[in-house]
Order: sequence, then C-alpha cells, then structure tokens
Amino acid sequence: MTPGFLKVALLVLRKDLAIEARSREIVYTTLFFAVACVMIFSFAFVKEEGVPVDNAAAGILWIAVAFSGTLALGRTFERERYSETLRALLLAPAARPAVYAGKLLGMILMMAATEVILTPMVAFFFHAPFFARPLLLVALLGLGTIGFAAVGTLFAAMLVRTRTRDVLLPILLYPVTIPVIIAGVRGTAALLQSPPEEPVATLWIGLLTAFDVVFITLALWTFEPLMTE
Amino acid sequence: MIQFDDVRLVDVSRHFGRRRAVSHVSLDLHAGDILGLLGPNGAGKSTLIGMLATLVAPTSGSVVYGGRQGRSLGAELRGSIGLLAHELYLYPELTARQNLEFFASLYGLDVATVVPSALATAGLSDRADDEVSGFSRGMRQRLALERALLHQPKLVLMDEPFTGLDDAATELVRARLQTLSRAGAIVVLATHDLDLADGLVTRVAIVRSGKLVTDETASAGLRSRYRAMVGH
Repeated sequence: MTPGFLKVALLVLRKDLAIEARSREIVYTTLFFAVACVMIFSFAFVKEEGVPVDNAAAGILWIAVAFSGTLALGRTFERERYSETLRALLLAPAARPAVYAGKLLGMILMMAATEVILTPMVAFFFHAPFFARPLLLVALLGLGTIGFAAVGTLFAAMLVRTRTRDVLLPILLYPVTIPVIIAGVRGTAALLQSPPEEPVATLWIGLLTAFDVVFITLALWTFEPLMTE
Repeated sequence: MIQFDDVRLVDVSRHFGRRRAVSHVSLDLHAGDILGLLGPNGAGKSTLIGMLATLVAPTSGSVVYGGRQGRSLGAELRGSIGLLAHELYLYPELTARQNLEFFASLYGLDVATVVPSALATAGLSDRADDEVSGFSRGMRQRLALERALLHQPKLVLMDEPFTGLDDAATELVRARLQTLSRAGAIVVLATHDLDLADGLVTRVAIVRSGKLVTDETASAGLRSRYRAMVGH
C-alpha cells in the first residue's frame, strides 16, 4: 500500500538525517560559516572597550541565519543531484509535495541546530539579552526559519539541474524572503529593548505566521509542476 | 499500482527552448516486449525514457498506459514504473540495505521480505551494511537494478543499464530482463551498444535527431541496418 503524505515526508527526513549523521557535512560547514560570520561582525561592531554598537545584535543574528541557511540549502540538494536521486524520489508512487515537506523538515532541523550555537554566541559577543523572553525568541527564530526554509527548499529543488544554481539561489531567495528577514530582525530587536517590547515582537510573530502559511501553501501547490521537466 | 498491458506514445514531441529533443514519435509497446531504443548520443532516447517515466512532460502528443492518459494517473501510475538510468539513483553515503529499505518504504513494500531478497539477487548480501560509496561500478549497477525492480514494475525502463558491468554481470542483467519480459513486463532498453542489444531485444526502434527512423521486429544483422539508417 502506498504510504501517506506524512509517512513519505518522515521517510525523506529520516533518510536525510541518516546521511547527515554519516557525513556531518552540512552541520559542520554551516556552523563554521555562521560562527565565522559572527566573529567578523564582532570585530567590526564591538569597540575596543568591549561595548557593541547599539541594536546590531538582531541584524547580525539574522544575517548569520540567512547566509548559513543558504549554504545548507545548496548542499542538501547537491546530494540529490549527485546521483540524480531527486528523480528517483519523484518517480516514487507518493505525493510529490510530501518529498518537498520531508526536505523542508530536514532543512528546518539543520538550521535550528546552527541557531542553537549561534544565538548564545551573538548574545555573548554583543551583550544582547536574547533570553529575557525566551519563548518569544524561540517563536521568532522558529517561524523565521520555517519561512526562509520553505522558500529556499522550493527554489533549491527548482535549481538543482541548473548549472548556475549556486549563483541563482541567493539571487532568487533573498528578495522573496526579505519580509521574513525584516520581521525576524524587527521582532528580535523589539525583544532587545529595555524593557522588552513584547507587543511589537508579538505583532511580528503574527506576520511571520502569516508569511509561513502563504509560503508553505504556495510551495506545496507549485512543487509538482515545477519538478516536472 | 495500476495494471496495463500496453503503452502508446502518440505523436509525442518535446522541445527544450528552441531545441527539438523529440519530434512526432509514435510507438506501441506490449506486454512481453523488450524494445531496443537505439540511436547515437543526443538522439532523444533519454527524453523518450523520461516521458515514459512521467518525469518529462511532452510538449505535444500524449503517453497512454492501458488506454488511460498518463497525465491523469499520477502516483498510482508511478508505482508501476521502474527506471534505471545513467545515474544510479542511489545514495552513496548510505549502505546498500539502507538504500533499498528507503525505496522499499517509499513504495509501501514489506521491507523485511523484499530487501533481503533484492540483496541476494544483486549478490550483495555479504556487503549489505557497507556504504555504497565503497562499491565498484558493477556492484552499484547491480544494486541500482534491484532498486529499480523492487516493486515488480509493469513498465521497466533501462537507460544504458550495462554501463560499467563486466561480462558476468552483463549476462545476469540480460537474463533478468528476459525473465521480466517472460513475466509480462514491458521492457524498454535505451542503448547505443548494439552488440548487447543484439539477441536480447524483441523489437527495435531507432531514433535519430529526435525522430523515429524505424520500428521493427528484431532480426539478425542489426548492426548493418543501424549503420545504414543512422550513418555511423
């Protein structure tokens, strides 16, 4: 009996995690890149007395998330391109959007793993009280990551057979995910105020939720026609 | 999984931009056929295989499976198709067993039954837990063949399945394709290796520059007729 949508998504996720557990390629490269990014910003924006420039932390956190996420997106589909396994996935008698959902779940987990290291690091270097409202921060990061990964997974899959995919992915991805990144930066910046501006952060969380619903719906709807050559 | 005894390509064309990969090809395939899809590189063989596999949409024309339009059948139809192409559709970082278990699960098969059997048929039972990246080309090819046939497809599409195989492995694949044909599968074998096709295929379709040059019953002297039609 053909497996259902959720089972296929979980099978694809489990397969991606099994590959990552063996190679650790994506986690190491994205983490190294994200850490390097924060270190460079810390040299630029933290003065000699150890005092950071005002309101820089939120932007730096989201830039590191977006850049390292782009790197991870490219790598996760490079694996599917190497032996054309994406074609084998598309040929399976499963709902094709379920393949997208599985890849998306894998991306979200890998980006979240990077954020677990990245967030305390930015908080430390930039004296940012990220954890004053931990639930709101988790909501902002979680929803922002989902929105970014939802668009990125679709674009990375679309570009997998394109020779210039490494150049095209950020060119296509960043303009479309600008609303997510702006909402993430503004919501996180609101949490860093003294006292934290909870209503402002909540407003941006609402907008991120709306973006996620729209992006995921569009991606699930368009994945199958976009994948047919 | 749906059952069908014939597949028809009805005046199919496929253009990639201004390039015509396939132009007005019509073919009828029947259960038990082993169709040799022959032609030089760039003739359109892989595009035709892609269209039969539902991975490439025709620009015009249609592919009909047992009287039903392919585009209306979706996932149900894909469960009846097995494809082995130039690339092997295997994850090199996973073991042979993990690869087969993943694809068997995707097809909703009983993993505990089909995977050991497929490993044994591929002659890889003792290497089941080794990563595919450490396999020779021949071992990968045998594993890829079993992956493509795990679900006992009705339409078997093989795009250069003999690449990298030694004589013994080639004979095994030939025997496997003949067994599938006798069991009622429709086998399409795209190749430019005429020696391997000779004696195996029951029908021959030669394509050149995206056009079907001939579609005939296989007979002796395939190489000379191919040269006459294709020119090299």
